[in-house]
Amino acid sequence: MEGSIFQYEFIIKGLLGAVFASITAGLAGTYIVSRRMVFLSGGITHASFGGIGIGYFAGINPVIGAAIFGILSALGVEYLSVRHKIREDSAIGILWAFGMATGIIFIYLTPGYSPNLMSYLFGSILTVTNADIVALGIMSLILIIYFGVFYRTILYISFDESFARTYSSYVDIFKYITTALIALTIVLNIRMAGVILVLSLLTIPPNIAMLFTQVYSRIILWSVLAGFTGTATGYVISYFAGIPVGATIIFTLVMVWILVKIIVLSLSRIKYRIKN
Amino acid sequence: MASLFEMYSLSASYGTNVVLQDVNFKVNESDFIGVIGPNGGGKTTLLKVILGLIKPSAGKIVFNSDLVDDNSIGYLPQIATGDINYPVDVTDVVLSGMMIRKKIITRMSSADRKKAREVIDELGLSGMERSSLNELSGGQLQRVFLGRAIIGNPKLLLLDEPGNFVDSTFESDFYEKLKELNKRMAILMVSHDIGIISAHVRSYACVNRSLHYHPTSEISNEQLLAYGCPIQLITHGTVPHTVLKQHS
Repeated sequence: MEGSIFQYEFIIKGLLGAVFASITAGLAGTYIVSRRMVFLSGGITHASFGGIGIGYFAGINPVIGAAIFGILSALGVEYLSVRHKIREDSAIGILWAFGMATGIIFIYLTPGYSPNLMSYLFGSILTVTNADIVALGIMSLILIIYFGVFYRTILYISFDESFARTYSSYVDIFKYITTALIALTIVLNIRMAGVILVLSLLTIPPNIAMLFTQVYSRIILWSVLAGFTGTATGYVISYFAGIPVGATIIFTLVMVWILVKIIVLSLSRIKYRIKN
Repeated sequence: MASLFEMYSLSASYGTNVVLQDVNFKVNESDFIGVIGPNGGGKTTLLKVILGLIKPSAGKIVFNSDLVDDNSIGYLPQIATGDINYPVDVTDVVLSGMMIRKKIITRMSSADRKKAREVIDELGLSGMERSSLNELSGGQLQRVFLGRAIIGNPKLLLLDEPGNFVDSTFESDFYEKLKELNKRMAILMVSHDIGIISAHVRSYACVNRSLHYHPTSEISNEQLLAYGCPIQLITHGTVPHTVLKQHS
């Protein structure tokens, strides 16, 4: 009896985790892929590892440490790039390595062995707590409302920032808010996919969608769907094969990407033949 | 004829580098003014001051607030700054011009969409409403950005080097379109192509740190020299010539 209840809970947790991860990753991913800020997002992800290390060391929830590091580094890079004072890609590269280094130093300084470290690097559904799921659920809600209400403003600012700046004095505030939300999304999804793989959870689904649609809202919808397919399938495979969940999800997503690419290519070939 | 704005002894500078000095300039309703001058002479800065992107370091610009303010001016930038591979279609880009009226856009009303369709039709882009920007030619792309500049029904349209990304087949159409637009809005067009200026505008202003306004569209080397406007007047004909008066 007890075993089945545990299993039931595990499945619900996994399912909710998959739904919320796909919603948040789909919305945030479409934004970063179309605004070409994948590298910046990689920087944010790895910088937040520094927060995880300090969290361990200080004995506070590592997710909170990661969130603080992630948001601060994201806003820092956006601020510096607005000011044009730095080479943005170099700054991101430094931040990337600095975060990883800080994380490793503090984890080594922490007395005792850290059994959860692997779960932060590669993700694990076993260590995902109910609080993590609730946090992801709230994040999904926030992102849906934010993108729902300000869809066009966000779209126009990311499409042509300098034109938007000509007429709207709210460009910077929107950029900062969106970037902070992206950083939070990344950090919350680290529990699912791990530091090393979370970026792919955000970037592969929109790239699958962009193979067959160029409409922003449809890219979001298809990303969420593709993300869910990948995450759910990844869970099942990882559960039965006993391999890390993050890696399984990303592997599945890349397979989906290849499959869709082949379908789109063959469809356009067939169309071409019919035409001629 | 009511004036849209007037500049009084206006100066503008980047740090210690003075780009515009003591400019007195007025634009009236239904004006079609060409702005010429050497590179770095302050042409684009003049537009930015009008758009409110640069504050004058001295003097002032006064808008006739009944007609226009710095938030209801249509603007076609020098180069397409938008990413043409970004997932937006022609209608989205034209609609984004509504930022002139609404600084934060939460919803598009059906009136906005109707207006976008009208602008798209007017610019001869019917059938491309749902096209991505990377499917368009240079001339079509320019018309899309022109659509974005005029959807807010501005009283003043600023064009920065519109010849830069026009394809020659569309060039005459484009200036014909400007002539039509000029019936309902004043146009200020920056161009280094004097041939275009003299053929299409009604008057011109030469900007080289200072500004000289000339109320006709004819330009001669002597005038340019007198204004301290060091640009070569060359038009493309069978024989290169440097005078731009209309030949009889």
